[in-house]
Amino acid sequence: MLTQEQAGDIFDRIKKLSTADEVEVLFSGGKFALTRFANNVVHQNVAEENHVVSVRAAFGGKTARAFTNKFDDESLRQVVRSAESLARVQYADPDLLPMPDAREAAGKAGGNTRASETASRHFAATASITPESRAEGVKKIVGVAQRHKLSTAGVFSSAESIDGIFNTRGLTRWHTQTMAEISITMLGTDSSGWQKANSPYVANLDALALAEVAAQKAADSAHPREIPAEKYTVILEPAAVLDMVGFMFWDYSGMAILDQRSFLNGRIGTKLFGDNISIWDDVAHPLQTGSPFDGEGMRRQRVGLVENGVVKRVVYARATAERMKRSEYKDKVGPVEATGHGFPLPNEMGEMPLNIVFAPVGDPQSVDQMIASTERGVLVTRLWYIREVEPFEKMLTGMTRDGTFYVENGRVQGGVRNFRFNESLIHMLSNVEAMSVPVRSCGEESLDMVVPAMKVKDFNFTEVTKF
Amino acid sequence: MKHVANWALNIAALRGASYADVRVVAQRSRALTTKNGKVGSASDAESVGMSVRVIADGAWGFASSSELGRGAVEATAALAVEIARASSRVKREDVRLAPEKAAVAEWSTPYKIDPFSVSVEQNIELLLKIDAELRSVSGITLAETNLNFNREEQWFVSSEGADIHQTKLSTGAGYAAYAFAGNEIQKRSYPNSYGGQWQNKGYELIEELKLVENARRIADEAVALHQADQCPEGKFDIILDSSQLGLQIHESVGHPIELDRVLGMEANFAGTSFLSIDKLRKLRYGSEMVNVVADARQEHGPGLGTFGFDDEGVAAQCTPIITNGLFTGYLSSRETAHTIGESRSGGTLRAEGWNRLPMIRMTNISLLPGEKPLSLEQLIASADHGILMQTNRSWSIDDKRYNFQFGCEIGWEIKNGKRARMVKNPSYSGITTEFWNSLDAICSRDEWTLWGTPNCGKGQPQQVMGTGHGAAPSRFHGIKVGTAFKS
Repeated sequence: MLTQEQAGDIFDRIKKLSTADEVEVLFSGGKFALTRFANNVVHQNVAEENHVVSVRAAFGGKTARAFTNKFDDESLRQVVRSAESLARVQYADPDLLPMPDAREAAGKAGGNTRASETASRHFAATASITPESRAEGVKKIVGVAQRHKLSTAGVFSSAESIDGIFNTRGLTRWHTQTMAEISITMLGTDSSGWQKANSPYVANLDALALAEVAAQKAADSAHPREIPAEKYTVILEPAAVLDMVGFMFWDYSGMAILDQRSFLNGRIGTKLFGDNISIWDDVAHPLQTGSPFDGEGMRRQRVGLVENGVVKRVVYARATAERMKRSEYKDKVGPVEATGHGFPLPNEMGEMPLNIVFAPVGDPQSVDQMIASTERGVLVTRLWYIREVEPFEKMLTGMTRDGTFYVENGRVQGGVRNFRFNESLIHMLSNVEAMSVPVRSCGEESLDMVVPAMKVKDFNFTEVTKF
Repeated sequence: MKHVANWALNIAALRGASYADVRVVAQRSRALTTKNGKVGSASDAESVGMSVRVIADGAWGFASSSELGRGAVEATAALAVEIARASSRVKREDVRLAPEKAAVAEWSTPYKIDPFSVSVEQNIELLLKIDAELRSVSGITLAETNLNFNREEQWFVSSEGADIHQTKLSTGAGYAAYAFAGNEIQKRSYPNSYGGQWQNKGYELIEELKLVENARRIADEAVALHQADQCPEGKFDIILDSSQLGLQIHESVGHPIELDRVLGMEANFAGTSFLSIDKLRKLRYGSEMVNVVADARQEHGPGLGTFGFDDEGVAAQCTPIITNGLFTGYLSSRETAHTIGESRSGGTLRAEGWNRLPMIRMTNISLLPGEKPLSLEQLIASADHGILMQTNRSWSIDDKRYNFQFGCEIGWEIKNGKRARMVKNPSYSGITTEFWNSLDAICSRDEWTLWGTPNCGKGQPQQVMGTGHGAAPSRFHGIKVGTAFKS
């Protein structure tokens, strides 16, 4: 693993090679290993180690970036040359700011945001996972499958990673993290069940418990029957909520407002969702992960995006905040300030909140309680292949997958064939009748978040598939 | 680089691997974008590394490293064997590979102009010229353009004696114009959405695409969509343009024929397939007009799925996938070929880079054009009532690849053989085999385009791969339209 000291040495070598007015160097990478299984056997088992350095050169308002994964003198000379030659031929960008120094990057406290401190997210127990220990974990999962007379497929992965940034104005930020992940699908002849979890600390993962839940879902959804596609009350487990709501957070960006590509254009300060919806971006939340600084090294602030259904504000990279202050929208978008959510420069997307946390409600309900209070509805484990059909009402389409159940008279009545939905996120988040305690959740189509299960009325299923 | 590979092969053999292959890969890319009159991003990247894939104790192991010094390479090979031994703890039977004659070969993408030789200034000037054309149309609120160039050089050697040096080059370009007004965002893209057109070609692709010449029309259409009627809902005959049909092929033919999906290896992520092995040479996939091939050979065209050899050293091939409507073939690898009774791999194993395990990927999955001369305008003229849909806007399909729904950027209602009116938000949905069986007209070769899909995701860890899809505009009978927007 690349250490901060080694990275500092590489930065010093790059500084000496560069003729730019300012230089910023990002470091990323680490070790990653993954054991993949299917049909109750391991069929892929991989490991890699890689570190990437990217150099941003700035000459006045001109900037560009180049990447390499080689740190010898000639490779560093080449990557500096590439960044500088790309930068020199740019047109000067009047919006480009000088790189932040350490004081600016530390951010400020108070107002609607507060500086966040994150606990260590690096655990030796996760970093030291071996191929043998992953194989042992898979063996346990396969054992559950065999006991239930099912076939299982999934992954057990582990990673140790670094993120670092240095610039010639004296800024240095460094973050290390570990991550372990288990994802399990259990397959019967005509049904399936799924569970997935990840954590920086491998001891937080219980492979057997995940396998048992996935297996039970496969067993309980066997012999699915077809019920008509129409509007139903749905109980969306956290992974299903996550993959749906993840599609709107690209729009909680100052740049998206300036570009007029956000569904929040003209809607900030208005009540868009139900009273029970409050959403934060908070990298320091104990169930969140990731680095506490953004692509320019700015400290990620805790930002309240939605309060009781009212969209309060969006996040900003430094340059976007300055542009917004000069724009026609400046008085209509809530607080405008750099919040530490920018992507590495140069980029065309600006910024995005990456550490979403749904606020808990005063009367949380478990999924079992939601089922018990449902006269007629559908319980959804997971959603799949979600895409945006219409951007301003945030109309999404996608499929249910790996455990879809019919609920009647407060009880699960068995599995049903999977549905296609066409549903507006605005409509969905305005129709949430109950929520569970938010949990760390991971899916396949959105970033990991802290989200609750939700009971939603009038969820629009439009078609049924063949299984 | 061959010496690097040999260090790894030697260690793998010493540690007891019964098979090993090594790939040393050097990748270079350039990405340029503009947005509303300014450069959005400008970056160059290079990545070099090696990987070792081994079979030991009858199971697979794979390890990779960016370090190419002897010590690191040998440690990586040793780790691959260690991982294979761990894999063997959870196996049912030994991995077996279909025999393949060890190739010793050089291959590279044919091109006229090396895209990396074209100055960045010239490229930015081109993009800003397109941008200016797009934004010259009143009502355009966002204009985005992109240019992408990629070069990948690979040395492949195996313990069976294969020794292949291969260099692939790809070029991509496109743009989009957005019009935001009222409560609606409309968008038009050219020559395709989500990055434009991509092929394994040099800079000559950029010159062929007529990017500037089409910019004003595309921007006009984006603005005009605000005044267009909503696409009607119901059952219609639809005509799909070749780019939308390319994506339809990708999702409803290309993915379900991947044999690893069929065998359950992707069940936890990308999903499985409705095409169980008992359907081979029995299932009527489409109407008699439907002929689909998986063709990685250069003579098929410069698709993103064109190469000399796949990433386990098997030469590019053409496999008939659907023959006169009958399902006739899968995408296979050396490990999976025997499951469908084949004695040789179909040559489709590819990896995103040096640090990823090769897996079954689409090559160029193409619908062959109609044999009788038929232009798009003639096809429109032959329709009494239908909807023409152009350029993908959204795409979704279930995890067995039965039920799909696609949205397009723009539609045209056709009445009595003429484009009667523009319609917005067109979408259609259906079941894969029912849809392909409803095909009743395909335009001929001069309307056929080999489209590139640069962003196909599959596998864990996920790998992004480029695939090719040849298609000509085609007509489908009695398709469900507009369900996505049904209130």
